[in-house]
Amino acid sequence: MSDTNIAQAKTALDIHLREIIRWHFSPETGTPIWLEWAEENNMDAVKEIQTTEDLLKFGNFDEAWLRFKPHEEWIPKDYIGKAYSVFETGGTTGMPKQRIGWEDYKIDYSQFSELLDDKDFPSGGNWLMMGPTGPRRLRLAIEHLANVRGSSCYFVDLDPRWVKKLIARKAFHEAKLYMEHVIDQALVILKHRKVTGLFTTPKLLESLAEKISIPGVGIKGVFCGGTQMPPQTVRFLIEEVLENRVKLIPTYGNTLMGLAAHKPLSADDNYSITYYAPQPRAILRVVDTTNPEKGVDYGQWGRVELTTLTKELFMPRFLERDEAIRRKPCGQFAWDGVGDVRPFGAGESKVIEGVY
Amino acid sequence: MSLPRVSILRQGEVYKSLDVITINDPVTHEPVAEIDMANPGLIRRDLLRNTERAFRSLQDFSCADLIEISKKAGDLFMNAELPLFGDGQTQSPEDYLKCLAATSGLPHALVRKNMTKIFQVFTEMQEILKGLTRGMPLDIIDEGMGHHGGVTVSYFPRAKSLGIVLPSNSPGVNTLWMPAVILKSPVILKPGREEPWTPCRIMQAFIQAGMPKEAFSFYPTHHEGSSQIMDCCKRSMIFGGQDTVERYGDNPNVEVHGPGWSKILIGDDQIEDYQDYIDLIVESVSLNSGRSCINASAVVVPKHGKKIAEALAAELVQIKPTAIGDPHARLSSFANPKFAEFINAAIEEDLKTPGAVDCTAEARGTSNRVVIHDGRTYLLPSVIYCDSPDHPIFNKEYLFPFVTVVESEQKDFFNMIGQSLIVSGITEDESLSRELLECPLIDRLNIGPIPTTRLDWDQPHEGNLFEFLYKRRAIQRTHTER
Repeated sequence: MSDTNIAQAKTALDIHLREIIRWHFSPETGTPIWLEWAEENNMDAVKEIQTTEDLLKFGNFDEAWLRFKPHEEWIPKDYIGKAYSVFETGGTTGMPKQRIGWEDYKIDYSQFSELLDDKDFPSGGNWLMMGPTGPRRLRLAIEHLANVRGSSCYFVDLDPRWVKKLIARKAFHEAKLYMEHVIDQALVILKHRKVTGLFTTPKLLESLAEKISIPGVGIKGVFCGGTQMPPQTVRFLIEEVLENRVKLIPTYGNTLMGLAAHKPLSADDNYSITYYAPQPRAILRVVDTTNPEKGVDYGQWGRVELTTLTKELFMPRFLERDEAIRRKPCGQFAWDGVGDVRPFGAGESKVIEGVY
Repeated sequence: MSLPRVSILRQGEVYKSLDVITINDPVTHEPVAEIDMANPGLIRRDLLRNTERAFRSLQDFSCADLIEISKKAGDLFMNAELPLFGDGQTQSPEDYLKCLAATSGLPHALVRKNMTKIFQVFTEMQEILKGLTRGMPLDIIDEGMGHHGGVTVSYFPRAKSLGIVLPSNSPGVNTLWMPAVILKSPVILKPGREEPWTPCRIMQAFIQAGMPKEAFSFYPTHHEGSSQIMDCCKRSMIFGGQDTVERYGDNPNVEVHGPGWSKILIGDDQIEDYQDYIDLIVESVSLNSGRSCINASAVVVPKHGKKIAEALAAELVQIKPTAIGDPHARLSSFANPKFAEFINAAIEEDLKTPGAVDCTAEARGTSNRVVIHDGRTYLLPSVIYCDSPDHPIFNKEYLFPFVTVVESEQKDFFNMIGQSLIVSGITEDESLSRELLECPLIDRLNIGPIPTTRLDWDQPHEGNLFEFLYKRRAIQRTHTER
């Protein structure tokens, strides 16, 4: 990766940033919540925010805004009167984080589609999504992704909020029965419908492979994410669960970001996954856990920080509940990546991720 | 020189993981070994598929053949340079001893004693199986049926493998699963974090002596991996604390080895001679540095409790930390110093309740229990006299020579001893002996002055492995004229 490429990507990112700042902070097009914030904080954002380094002036985003601020405050002027979707994330206990949106998920996932190979996700082949649907953006996003690629998608839901509650109260048997219930539904679909693409979580993928051969039923490509996938798990999925015959696409994303792409997996990298944010629409940074203003060095662990930069949502410096290793730009991605993502604090204590 | 690396064994095939942990020497903090960790999905996949091959590999042998192989394996275990599971490395008995001492904190002398115990199990398998099967001819297992005690009997295996989740506290616990392979059950082993060495060496000794390697699976893994073994094996054995007992105690597919709460009771008829039994109690409390569930953790007497506690303390304070290679070492250090601190804090918390006296502290002239010697952390032997069985410290069990002494009228013994793995009842009183024999709380009973730590191989305790692995069925068969 040449320095020129990296510099060009940074310039493009700063241009996009200025455009988004102008959009959300100008009285003509702006978003009430940010206009109000700028006034309260006496900031001329359009003037003061010129590069991504200037984003530090915002501090870390307060996730309570997504829980409790009225939706109307998040509507940019241009979108007033247009019906919106409400997407949720979190919510195992208490009020979930909610994001309103219009077309972002389509834009994000259409872009992601460009990164996929027709050989692995052939046009016309049906998909099956087995995982959290419900109020999540992912459900519509995956259907859109399938549609963009000329495919349709079946859905089997898994409620992660319920699974987390079961595990928290050590109801392991009940959790196991619930997981079997999910797998049984997927097996019925796979028995009666031709499916070539699968979107699921690592645990569900492993469980499904206990019942059937994934390539044996005609699946050619699998998106897998939602919980951490350390290198040994990735290798196991590729070599054994997918029998070295199905393409594995690790996914990292959420309602607030879209879907990050990944550096192609290889044994030479010891199957370590590095994700790259869909820049310029989102930026991922790995920051010092005690001083989130400061980024960590390459190869070091830190907390993942997300900034979302679209016309529908400006969300600066949101601290994700994940930690990762900061990785260098590579291949087609001329910006930093996040490697070996795992729940924040997983290095020190046990974190409930759930059976899903 | 590269570090010893202990890899995963999948039905005899070595597998190297991308998740490798390093174990450090608690004193020097230098790395001692690398351990390949199995991901839970891999374990589950192995245990749900292809278990038949491992099972079949043992059925081709007769039990008699396997007993002979076991004898050879014992010799190899004690004397041979055996492979480790990875990188073509090998390990001499001396290497094994040093690795185990470095990661577990056991002094060399105790490792050697445990090696001898394991050797005896390798070589005394015939006697052990006799105890487990009550003298049944072993060809009944080979043939599936036969005649025993004048009747036709038939036994069938309840499962195609035995899962075992091992602790790190003492290498001797491995003797509990070893007979399983002679009973033709493949083993699925998860070692304790600080003690992969002993199960690894036992398996290699068996394999090098002629056992089919397919019969052995070895999965160093994290907590969730252990759960997969317990979940997928139709028969499994687990070692752990009270929480483990509570989780698996009611599961008939699981043999739980929890705290022993082993005890010594002295009857009214013998109590005036208590001085004669001090050495026996000291041995019961301190053998193997008090790390076994067969160590006594409580002494119940009708009177002279304080004097007995003081006499025990006078003896046990003689057990002190030594150089790890000292041939007379009797006390083990803690690989994880925090664990010693945690135990000490728990004891001190209990001692805040009035009614308990640390007699060893009085004998030593200091209440310091945690000491550092040659950079290693030790807990010094402790004898606590308590004035009532209701005191919170009574019957507590810890991983070092620790015992509580309490007085109780003989008639109340059986109301207060609770579940006890081993009870040595020192009495010649027929009435008390009868009560001991009738007591459902005792798993292994010694009547007379026998240390709780003294075991006869033909007297299995804590569950019968044969009955756990095999079930008797009714059978009738017509005889065909040939």
